[in-house]
Amino acid sequence: MSTLFDKVWDAHIVRRIEDGPDVLFIDRHFIHEVTSPVAFLGLENRGMKVMYPERTFATADHNTPTINQHLPVKDPLSANQLETLERNTAKYGISYWGLGNPKNGIVHVIGPENGITQPGMTIVCGDSHTSTHGAFGAIAFGIGTSEVEMVLASQCIMQPKPKKMRITVSGKLSRGVVPKDVILYIISQTTASGATGYFVEYAGEVFEDMSMEGRMTVCNMSIEMGARGGIIAPDETTFSYMKGRDKAPKGKDWDEALVYWKTLKTDPGAVFDKEYHFNASDIEPMITYGTNPGMGVGISHHVPLAGTVDSNKTTYDKALHYMGFEEGQSMIGKKVDYVFIGSCTNGRIEDFRAFASIVKGRKKADHVTAWIVPGSHIVEQQIKAEGILDILTEAGFTLRQPGCSACLAMNDDKIPAGKYAVSTSNRNFEGRQGPGARTMLASPLVAAAAAITGVVTDPRTLLNNN
Amino acid sequence: MAYDKFTVLRSTAVPMPIENVDTDQIIPARFLKATERKGFGDNLFRDWRYHPDNSPKADFVLNNPTYSGKILVGGKNFGSGSSREHAAWAIYDYGFRCVISSFFADIFKNNSMNIGLLPVTVSEAFLDKIFRAIEADPKAEFEVSLPDQTVTILASGEKESFAITGYKKHNLMNGYDDIDFLHSMETEIRDFAQKHSL
Repeated sequence: MSTLFDKVWDAHIVRRIEDGPDVLFIDRHFIHEVTSPVAFLGLENRGMKVMYPERTFATADHNTPTINQHLPVKDPLSANQLETLERNTAKYGISYWGLGNPKNGIVHVIGPENGITQPGMTIVCGDSHTSTHGAFGAIAFGIGTSEVEMVLASQCIMQPKPKKMRITVSGKLSRGVVPKDVILYIISQTTASGATGYFVEYAGEVFEDMSMEGRMTVCNMSIEMGARGGIIAPDETTFSYMKGRDKAPKGKDWDEALVYWKTLKTDPGAVFDKEYHFNASDIEPMITYGTNPGMGVGISHHVPLAGTVDSNKTTYDKALHYMGFEEGQSMIGKKVDYVFIGSCTNGRIEDFRAFASIVKGRKKADHVTAWIVPGSHIVEQQIKAEGILDILTEAGFTLRQPGCSACLAMNDDKIPAGKYAVSTSNRNFEGRQGPGARTMLASPLVAAAAAITGVVTDPRTLLNNN
Repeated sequence: MAYDKFTVLRSTAVPMPIENVDTDQIIPARFLKATERKGFGDNLFRDWRYHPDNSPKADFVLNNPTYSGKILVGGKNFGSGSSREHAAWAIYDYGFRCVISSFFADIFKNNSMNIGLLPVTVSEAFLDKIFRAIEADPKAEFEVSLPDQTVTILASGEKESFAITGYKKHNLMNGYDDIDFLHSMETEIRDFAQKHSL
């Protein structure tokens, strides 16, 4: 009797070191411009080669501008990192979907949408949100640059096997409650460090009913409660999403893969080190009020009192001071200056459909600056093909080009100091979206409601009017 | 990349009793644009350390001459968030060789050990004792012994053991990294890869 996680992990152990980590074979390795250059430099200094270049896939996303991508990148440091990645991938024979390539986009969006991400695989990337790929029943987690170098050099990394946690959410989600709310709710219950040392399997009716896009949103934010990754057993939803994708197996290979993929589930009676059970009916649209993703509440709630949260007083006061909020205040009605929809968390087609469902026939609030950023060119094309762009344009929004954008304030898209942003991204850390920027994390529906009304608004009130 | 060996460190310590210190605070993303590993210490805790006009914030601990040392002591869940190894590089480049906390984020912990920065996990109670020892005397010294796997508050003699695998301990004490080890396994890895075709 073993868990899904055990099955995949154990199948990839090349060697078990006594009183040490496992040497784990890596099936797929994604790289981007920010965390790879020092790894390539290390490789070069050692005079080593990339062991399996065909198992590594490169994209440019963190530094890239989201307008005028046909022009040279203005920031010289960003341009240098992008050129370095292009040079390194060419030198070692690694596939590179750089700026301008029709397959370019955020690393955790393009992997799945091109069928590179597959069930039962081990997947790593120098990016903590690699946990996204766990939605397919893969073991996927973020690594540091030294480990990127290890994977390039040996297609392996050395990791102690994490403990296992299962989070079960039963029942049906109510109207206006979407996958982002589910994961923000879970993190608010487990805290930002509650799953540190664990790998999380998500189970139960809520995840069984969820689309692949939704499952990716959930697994993406596993890291925000400290987990190395999240994993969901592959099922018919997974297989139908994958079928026909560019790098997915075809013909006889598909049939064989499917037989294996269907074995990827936790055996009845398998034991986890820790379990949580939640009810879907307890979840409402969520929003964060503080400076880590665990500091979230149902949108109809108030900023919690210091004594009721799992944080020391100094840390809690610091967070509220940074946000300019006070204990006991209502979240509804708080002024919003910026709205950001996009990122590896909520930059997929389903997210833009949700956003459009609220803004359709309405107008953007005049004082709100909105950044609408698709996760990839493929998502951008879908937005256009489905008529979503027309809805956005009529409502006064413009669509930008793919990239990480305002999620991490590394490119030109930064929220100014002191301004409030409702963001569909994954982190509300101090300065995450720009020095002094104040982030409230939420779903695409909550983001849309804020963009229309200019204040924090329960999206269910707008759904009912539709 | 080779790094300094770690055996026994005796030093004063810098206290940072804040919980959930994330890697965006340790090094904000806008400073991750280098293609070489150097100079990150200058931007360690950039936005906590400097005003937007680059003048130092007097109340931040790294700007307070009372505190110095090669040991950084942080609140629980230190190093959460982004996987950027630059966070560990920045702490190391600034001059720290050890970070003590009651709880580390997994990726930060791995990254630190991979570059020779020792993350030491102690109990909440012992962490509190360390903070109080620094509060009582900012020049209080601590001893971190990797061979013995202990942290000692030298003023009182109180000590606590910490856990580390034999493999990582050996690496850190000798300045070895995992790539040396993995390189020696090349044939074994190639055989394994044959069974895991694309």
